[in-house]
Amino acid sequence: MKPNDPAVKWVEEPQLGLAGKMYLPLFLQGLTTTTRHLFSPKVTVSFPEVKPKIRNPLIYRGVHRLNKDAQGRVKCVACFLCATACPAHCIDIVASPSPWPDREKYPESFTIDELRCIYCGMCEEACPVDAIELTSLFDLTGRSREEMIFDKEKLLSVFDQTKDTEPMQSAAVGGTL
Amino acid sequence: MSHADLIIFVIMLGKIALILFGLLTAAAYLVLLERWIAAWVQDRIGPNRVGIPLTKIKMFGLGQPLADGLKFIFKEEYTPAHVDKFLYTLAPISILVAAILPFAVIPFGSMLPTFNVGGEPITLQLILAPQIDVGMIFVFAMGSVAVYGVILGAWASNNKYSFLGGLRSSAQLIAYELPLGLGILGVVLAAGSLRLEDIIDQQATSGTWNIVMQPLGFLVFVIASFAESARLPFDLPEAEQELIGGYHTEYSGLRLLLYLIAEFLHMVTASFLITILFFGGWHLWGITGSAEDPVTWVTALLRVIVLLSKVMGVILFFMLVRWSWPRFRFDQLMSLAWKVMLPLGMVNLVIVAVVAEYEPQVLAALGGSRTALVAVLWALAILAWLIAGIVAPLSTDNRPRFEAVDRI
Repeated sequence: MKPNDPAVKWVEEPQLGLAGKMYLPLFLQGLTTTTRHLFSPKVTVSFPEVKPKIRNPLIYRGVHRLNKDAQGRVKCVACFLCATACPAHCIDIVASPSPWPDREKYPESFTIDELRCIYCGMCEEACPVDAIELTSLFDLTGRSREEMIFDKEKLLSVFDQTKDTEPMQSAAVGGTL
Repeated sequence: MSHADLIIFVIMLGKIALILFGLLTAAAYLVLLERWIAAWVQDRIGPNRVGIPLTKIKMFGLGQPLADGLKFIFKEEYTPAHVDKFLYTLAPISILVAAILPFAVIPFGSMLPTFNVGGEPITLQLILAPQIDVGMIFVFAMGSVAVYGVILGAWASNNKYSFLGGLRSSAQLIAYELPLGLGILGVVLAAGSLRLEDIIDQQATSGTWNIVMQPLGFLVFVIASFAESARLPFDLPEAEQELIGGYHTEYSGLRLLLYLIAEFLHMVTASFLITILFFGGWHLWGITGSAEDPVTWVTALLRVIVLLSKVMGVILFFMLVRWSWPRFRFDQLMSLAWKVMLPLGMVNLVIVAVVAEYEPQVLAALGGSRTALVAVLWALAILAWLIAGIVAPLSTDNRPRFEAVDRI
């Protein structure tokens, strides 16, 4: 860089006032702020003892669930849209002909690798029948990798576990039943 | 060796062991305190989980230093291939030794009342090496030796960032030794002795602490001791954001722990010095009595408590300042030392010298009132501070000087 390169713009810093030149007044001001914060309420949540409150469970992206319809059957129609939309490729569906007359296919197996999942919510966006949803469960731990691969039964049980606290989003926004 | 000599010898060993053990424990718990203060200032809670090992008792996280220490001990101690192995190992040891040694001459109280052991009266001074006439000089010498640890570590690491940290720290040390020395010269003039006990005794007897008489000296000394112990507004030797830890970049495990302990002990030494030189040491009006009063067990204990709580207060101030003030740029650091602190220290020395030499005349001119004298001293100090601030402001402009470059 040339010293007087016209491309270089030098920013003029504001001049210090008398208090700034004396340091101590401004220093005391800073020290007062610091001291005030010593006694101000803390924002830390001590996690295992205190559960953080999720303000809006409808838009929180936690563990997945597979919704059930009114007859207690899995709502999924095995269209593969969620698996296609998934950027992390964590959804694995095996489709077979549906035993029920109202749809052609149903998922024979439906597994989500929760360790691969990035909780982006794209699957939930892609689903045409609102079968897959993300719940507000965030406390997700496992002792092995296998334990973190959720199969259809487990995903359906997550629905049973959360259906009372979190209504189906389709019901809230007037989508498919 | 007589019976009493043997007892004194054993007591001496006990004192050394107590201080060594106490200092290391204190350093460990100060780290916890510092983490707490850091958390509280940032509206967090801080370490509060680790209590008694292998139980669920938390005790506000007081077991944390133990866990930290264990972690440091069991960490892999890695020696990089490119370092000078001898100096690399020597550096942290030397800095820790230099950080512990000043406590030989620092008093922790005044003395215990005379008691009899086996028919021999023993008067115990609460200081490792009592009656050392060059106490102050010893402390400062050890403070200067400490920078050898930093520079050796920086040099032996064979790493550009460490080296820059070492360079910065040596420049900073030279710059701030001078104001530090000037800051204490006033105190030494007032007490007429370099012995720390004498300096406390003088303040206790007169009842006026040195901060009242020499505000300018106090300011210069405090700022210089912040720089000497490399605490936050002046922590350029390690500047984590710019130099990745500076001189201890290449260190790990126990050797890093030695560095960190030494750093905390520097802060403790500085706090002791500030308390002893300017806040009257163990003296508190109406509670501890003056130096001539005979000590009882109660006043002896009170003096220790008063001294240690004052030191604790200064340490808390050190920790709060860390989160109140941004770090200096290096040119600002240097111009603060040479253009502001040095002249102010000189002014303070002149004022104290004049007062010490002509005190009766000055007092007579002011109508014999010491309050008026103190008011005049404070007015002079504030005036000098104003002039220094206006005449020698820290330039915030570090752009290249175009004219000078063009001429070349």
